[in-house]
Amino acid sequence: MDWSALSVSLRLAALTCLFLLPLGIWLGRLLATAQFRGKGLCEALIALPLVLPPTVLGFYLLQQFGRDAPLGGAWAALTGGGLNFTFSGILLASLIANLPFAIQPIQRAFEHVPANLREAAWCSGLSPWQTLWRIELPLVWPGILSAAALTFAHTLGEFGVILLVGGAIDGETRTLSIAIYDRVQAFDEQGAASMSALLLVISLATLGLVYGLAGKRRWARG
Amino acid sequence: MGSLASAGGRVGNLTVDVYQAGPIPLKATFSCAPGELLALVGPSGSGKTTLLRTIAGLYQPQQGRVSCGEKAWFLAEEGQHHSLPPQARQIGMVFQDYALFPHLTAQQNVQLAMGHVPRAQRSAQAAQWLANVRLQGLEARYPSELSGGQRQRVALARALAREPQALLLDEPFSAVDQVTRRRLQRELALLRQQISIPIILVTHDLEEATALADQICVLHNGVSLQQGSPEALFRRPRSATVAKLLDRHNVFAGKIVETAAGRRLQWGEWYLEVANGLESGDIGETLTWYLPPSDIVLHRRERPSQGERENPVAATVSEMVVLGSMTSISLRVSHGDMLRFDIATHAAKRNQLTLGASVYVSLLAEGIHLMPAQPTSQAPHNKRTLL
Repeated sequence: MDWSALSVSLRLAALTCLFLLPLGIWLGRLLATAQFRGKGLCEALIALPLVLPPTVLGFYLLQQFGRDAPLGGAWAALTGGGLNFTFSGILLASLIANLPFAIQPIQRAFEHVPANLREAAWCSGLSPWQTLWRIELPLVWPGILSAAALTFAHTLGEFGVILLVGGAIDGETRTLSIAIYDRVQAFDEQGAASMSALLLVISLATLGLVYGLAGKRRWARG
Repeated sequence: MGSLASAGGRVGNLTVDVYQAGPIPLKATFSCAPGELLALVGPSGSGKTTLLRTIAGLYQPQQGRVSCGEKAWFLAEEGQHHSLPPQARQIGMVFQDYALFPHLTAQQNVQLAMGHVPRAQRSAQAAQWLANVRLQGLEARYPSELSGGQRQRVALARALAREPQALLLDEPFSAVDQVTRRRLQRELALLRQQISIPIILVTHDLEEATALADQICVLHNGVSLQQGSPEALFRRPRSATVAKLLDRHNVFAGKIVETAAGRRLQWGEWYLEVANGLESGDIGETLTWYLPPSDIVLHRRERPSQGERENPVAATVSEMVVLGSMTSISLRVSHGDMLRFDIATHAAKRNQLTLGASVYVSLLAEGIHLMPAQPTSQAPHNKRTLL
């Protein structure tokens, strides 16, 4: 068992969720409730990582992360470090690759909140922030939970993008799924099997938790 | 708390005067005094709900003013623009589908609207509001565990718990069955006696508006055509359009003529006496007139009744529809217009009314109401005869 790879994977998944969920709530709500020009394009860009081969996404990110590219250059000027083959680099790549998994479930959930509930809350004297906290978030909670689960599980399993951008540096960018690939390449079937089983269990547990919690709401029945 | 009267103290008239050319055309003026119930009636698409949303602050028209007492909630005229958000307007709104928060219990739904009440008192007061709408014992139920009528009561309690300056009801009885509707309407009528704020009711149900409202405002394509008491509106609609929207029959075209006996309203071969309005018109002027069905008096066969001398008109019975204890009678006069009125079914039998029978009726001069001429010569009800 490659414990440092497990640690990298878990850290990467947790941080991806942490950064993406607030963005997902903000963007998902915006896309669900507002009408604006370019909304279709915006939704298409968010969905792109779903259909783009991970290697293609990884290739472009690798290019953009170089110190000569605007993004990599700006990052270097800000932090003094590079993006390629660093944990920060794979985190950024993971944030982009997971956009659809974080945003779409939340957007769908907001779309199912009737507009007049928001209006009823305003008419009851609740500010827009109170409306978000006390009415909207409790109602879209299952959507947020499934966004978190999908993002978490998908990050654990991400392979192509991470490999291209991060390589396989021990303790820095080698995630569990890359470690599995390395083990198979080294004919260590036993090592690959135990890590695969671990990923399977974590993924299943995450999804089970989500679906279990989503069905527990008394008010949603009847 | 005890009383349902608004804690806001000085409650004033709610007045609305708004205008815009589009996208939803509006040209509406109406007002509602504290303790009064004003019904906005009109067909779907007449702008009723948009006007209610305008009062609530959920919609902003291009021009006009909405004020409650001294306070301007919305003002957009002569370069000024100011609009209070819904939170600052202190309105209680009951939405058409109630818009209860599904994840909160009945009591939590009510409590949420009590931001103005000290936190420690909210729970007890919310329970009291629920008791006021006869929902004690159901405080812990979620909306999905309540019947339609109970949900409507929670929505009403939530609206009142805000201790509003105005109560806005958007078709509050449309989502329940008829038995529940009757009961809820009765409860609203009782509740009204306890609250002294303006109440605006949006409905397309004329019967409901007549039963509940002190004032009715008739809307058509976003335009407020007439505001008045139900009695005044039903007897004196301002135009043929209003009469049609109020489902009035007996709207006809007539002409002012001078006869040896004085001015008369010529209607086909008949020259009708009219109590009011003939003098202000011009001789030869064509106008539209309306007669409430209650002012059509059927002459009895065996004994003459009072008022038989007034505007006697010969007609033939062309339609008789028995609706329980009442019978709806349509009479055709010689030039083809149809008079419609209701009489008790037993009276129809006693008078041996049958299809094709010749009868005389009096059109009471006091009831004849003159209106501006309609663009079309056909009276609006005439197409019904084709049915």
